[in-house]
Amino acid sequence: MSAQTKQFKVIGQRLQRPDGIDKVTGRARYGADIDAAGMLHGKILRSPHAHARILSIDTSAAEQLNGVMAVITRADFPTPHKGFEDVQDNCMAGDRVLYDGHAVAAVAATSKHIAKQAIKLIKVQYQVLPHVTDVEQAIQPDAPVVHSGLVSRRVPKGFSENVVRYSSFGHGDIETGFKAADAVLERTYKTEATHQGYIEPHACMASMGLDNRADMWVCTQGHFWIRNMCAGVMAMESASLRVTASEIGGGFGGKTTVFIEPVVLALAKKSGRAVKMVMTREEVLRATGPTVSTMMHVKVGMNKAGRITATYAKLFYQAGAYKQATVDFGAMPAFAPYALENVKTEGLDVITNRPRTASYRAPGAPPACFAAESAIDELCQELGLDPMEVRLINAAKGGTKSSYGPTFEDHGLIQCLEAAKAHPHWQAPLEINQGRGLAAGFWFNFGGETCVSVFLNNDGSVTVTEGNPDIGGSRASISMMVAEELGIPYEQVRTTVTDTGSLGPNEPTHGSRVTFAVGLAAIKSARAIIDEIRARLARMWEVDVTDVVWQDGAAHYTGNKAGTFEPLDLRQVADIANNLGGPIAGHHEANAEGAGVSFGVHIADTEVDPETGFTSVKRYTVIQDAGKAIQPDYVEGQLQGGAVQGIGWALNEEYVYGEDGCLQNTGFLDYRIPVASDLPMIDTVIVEVPNPGHPFGVRGVGETPIVPPLAAIANAVSRACGKRQVDLPMSPPKVLASMQKA
Amino acid sequence: MSHSHVSTTINGQAVQYACPTDASLLEVLRDQLGMTGTKEGCGSGDCGACSVSLDGRLVCSCLVLGVEAQGRTVDTIEGMADKNKLHTLQTKFLEHAALQCGICTPGVLVAARSLLEKNPDPTEQEVRYWLAGNLCRCTGYDKIIRAVLEAAKAMREEQA
Amino acid sequence: MAKIQIFGSLRDLFSGHDVVELDVSNLRQLLIKLPQLYPECAPEIAEGVSVSIDGKIINDAWFTPIRPDSEVVVLPRIVGG
Repeated sequence: MSAQTKQFKVIGQRLQRPDGIDKVTGRARYGADIDAAGMLHGKILRSPHAHARILSIDTSAAEQLNGVMAVITRADFPTPHKGFEDVQDNCMAGDRVLYDGHAVAAVAATSKHIAKQAIKLIKVQYQVLPHVTDVEQAIQPDAPVVHSGLVSRRVPKGFSENVVRYSSFGHGDIETGFKAADAVLERTYKTEATHQGYIEPHACMASMGLDNRADMWVCTQGHFWIRNMCAGVMAMESASLRVTASEIGGGFGGKTTVFIEPVVLALAKKSGRAVKMVMTREEVLRATGPTVSTMMHVKVGMNKAGRITATYAKLFYQAGAYKQATVDFGAMPAFAPYALENVKTEGLDVITNRPRTASYRAPGAPPACFAAESAIDELCQELGLDPMEVRLINAAKGGTKSSYGPTFEDHGLIQCLEAAKAHPHWQAPLEINQGRGLAAGFWFNFGGETCVSVFLNNDGSVTVTEGNPDIGGSRASISMMVAEELGIPYEQVRTTVTDTGSLGPNEPTHGSRVTFAVGLAAIKSARAIIDEIRARLARMWEVDVTDVVWQDGAAHYTGNKAGTFEPLDLRQVADIANNLGGPIAGHHEANAEGAGVSFGVHIADTEVDPETGFTSVKRYTVIQDAGKAIQPDYVEGQLQGGAVQGIGWALNEEYVYGEDGCLQNTGFLDYRIPVASDLPMIDTVIVEVPNPGHPFGVRGVGETPIVPPLAAIANAVSRACGKRQVDLPMSPPKVLASMQKA
Repeated sequence: MSHSHVSTTINGQAVQYACPTDASLLEVLRDQLGMTGTKEGCGSGDCGACSVSLDGRLVCSCLVLGVEAQGRTVDTIEGMADKNKLHTLQTKFLEHAALQCGICTPGVLVAARSLLEKNPDPTEQEVRYWLAGNLCRCTGYDKIIRAVLEAAKAMREEQA
Repeated sequence: MAKIQIFGSLRDLFSGHDVVELDVSNLRQLLIKLPQLYPECAPEIAEGVSVSIDGKIINDAWFTPIRPDSEVVVLPRIVGG
């Protein structure tokens, strides 16, 4: 039965998540909520300089402080496994610090208070080096160089050594395309770095025995990766480190890598005690995350009929102190919503004296989408065209050759645009000083390495064991898919996120993959249970297994002796499982392929105060293709949360660096994420065009919603104030200045 | 570091502790009393994850000293449900899926209860401004605001 | 022969071709043959790539079939947040 026509009993219902009660009563345990007997407290000393050579580190006074049990520097780390050199260097600096906040040394002490005192006693001699934090300055041939010798072969000449990677994508001939246009627009856009902004700071506790076997408790999006990375950095075997994921207080991509975890292991090893470390908010902002900052040149050609004739983008992404590939994920999706004959995008990866960037929800796509969708919107204004119609005319469909190469399978962009056009929001009147912005966005989505085990318990209830920390309600969704497949009530299934010692490897909760990939593996595990039950009952009934079918939660005999055997449900089967050969379980291990691409369309209304340049968001609607919404509340939650993060990126969030190369806004007071009073309700429309790669049609939904808002808000603000906004965030002084310009 | 002896009332129970004079109420709750339901997101009063009531007034427990609880009444998330019966706000948060990761949830619930004690019939705007000190990064606030408004309605109906 | 599409910046690794034709029947054969025939691309392949086969992005699965008429595009390795 195809996903379109299948009638679901559990899927699609708004059922409550199994972790809900723990989370509303304070019982749920997060990273900082676990203690161990005799535990020490860890603390990291961080660089006050953006770029400096470490001449010496004197830890003697700290070591002599009563209560200090271990002091470590890079010298206490082993040579890492191949491929983990940058990760280790980012966790603890070697002979140079590369950014403000880079770890230099760490202590473990009997109290937080003593640990804090101890790091003040560590004396570090620095030789300050020239630094660069701005993307535009960093690419100049005479810019201070962050690392020498990293430049890939294909990087064009004329830049400093900070431009380390180059990639390009596209097809057709853009010059021909631009000649065919009635209007060609060229603009340079900039975006500032933002932070993932999870409310829970990184926290970790670990202990290590004399045999170098270790246990770790940590808040992370992927404890299997934490294990692998810690093993790489500490030159251990993965099997000797067992990692348990706590409940996670937000991640958004920022908790898919290690920062403090290997440091805690090194402290635990040196002190012989359990060590816990919890970052401060200042440390989170200075030394974890953030995103790229960007400078983007875009050129788009359009004819009078609204057909896009050619697009070009050259993206410079500042990605922190180490080589990254994020810019590729700007260059590929920038024009993905459109069927284009002539498209070219180029990406240049730029290193600077800023923290190593981490993934943030569709990493790389939101800035590029901002630039592309802004240019298209401005051309619509120039040619007097309706931006919705222009998007409908140019929209990519199933069978369209995408801007980054592959031909799309069926997806829901057209349906999203039609739903947006039909939505009351699109037709609602605007008041004075208000503007409406429209933007479409794309994300690839991803499957990846996944292991799931499903057990039939003695009483007929079902336990699902999986390895992906649950941020947005995935335990509920996975239980629902298993219940649907087995034909049993949701309440009969419980899904547990297990530790790295209890299941095979899993990629983290990233790439919008969990409901798709873990769901797929859980469904296949449930099918394995059904097949096992059918085989055993066929043997018991002495019939052919093809005559035993699983339907509505019970095994039925359908052969020519029908009526002879009573159907047996899951509880009855569990009762006799041991008579039939023993416990019944199903498991599935796969590298899940077939994640369907995802498109969304956002509509934003903003009002700009002509006196102050302050923008308020008056109305916001998100329309997105979810393939099939397993639990619609949690899909809506992803759409709303992603949109608001994008609104923050568009209007008020930014990393502010001083002349000294140090981060100026290291708290939530002046790194200002959106608060409740900044926002209207966020309307959502879920479009369902099933993904053929999933039995129920699921597409990942988590990342796409952060892609269009930067552009949707910028288009709304530009139309509201009459001046095209090209520089994010659109803080009041910037908008006001643009309005006062002739 | 000198310690002070403190007698206070937490969630209706008399509690005594000795704490360093520079320890915050949040540190006392979490590290000394094992009440980890109250969360730390920033330590500087910007995020509201550590919200508790002190003599009925909503405060960030990271900005209150442990010694300041002397002779006063502290209410935390752990005291919100009446043994096995959830508070209406908690029920509505579950029904409206008003939480994702859940790290801000205890603080938001404590803050929302404090609002409804003062104003049982708030407008959407009043809820948004009251909760402006409680940061949530997952939800975009939409479902939180709806849950608080629905809880207020249900509580008014219970009272009537 | 499957047609393998090569993008702008990768073309100099493939003697300037935008399409190379290879007699391969799965991803593993492709990843072995590409660097054999075009040694310049070996570092890129070793660094890790994603390959889109008939519109589906494949990161690792070596035995994913490639038919003679398959659309194959070599891409940077896809990740997520």
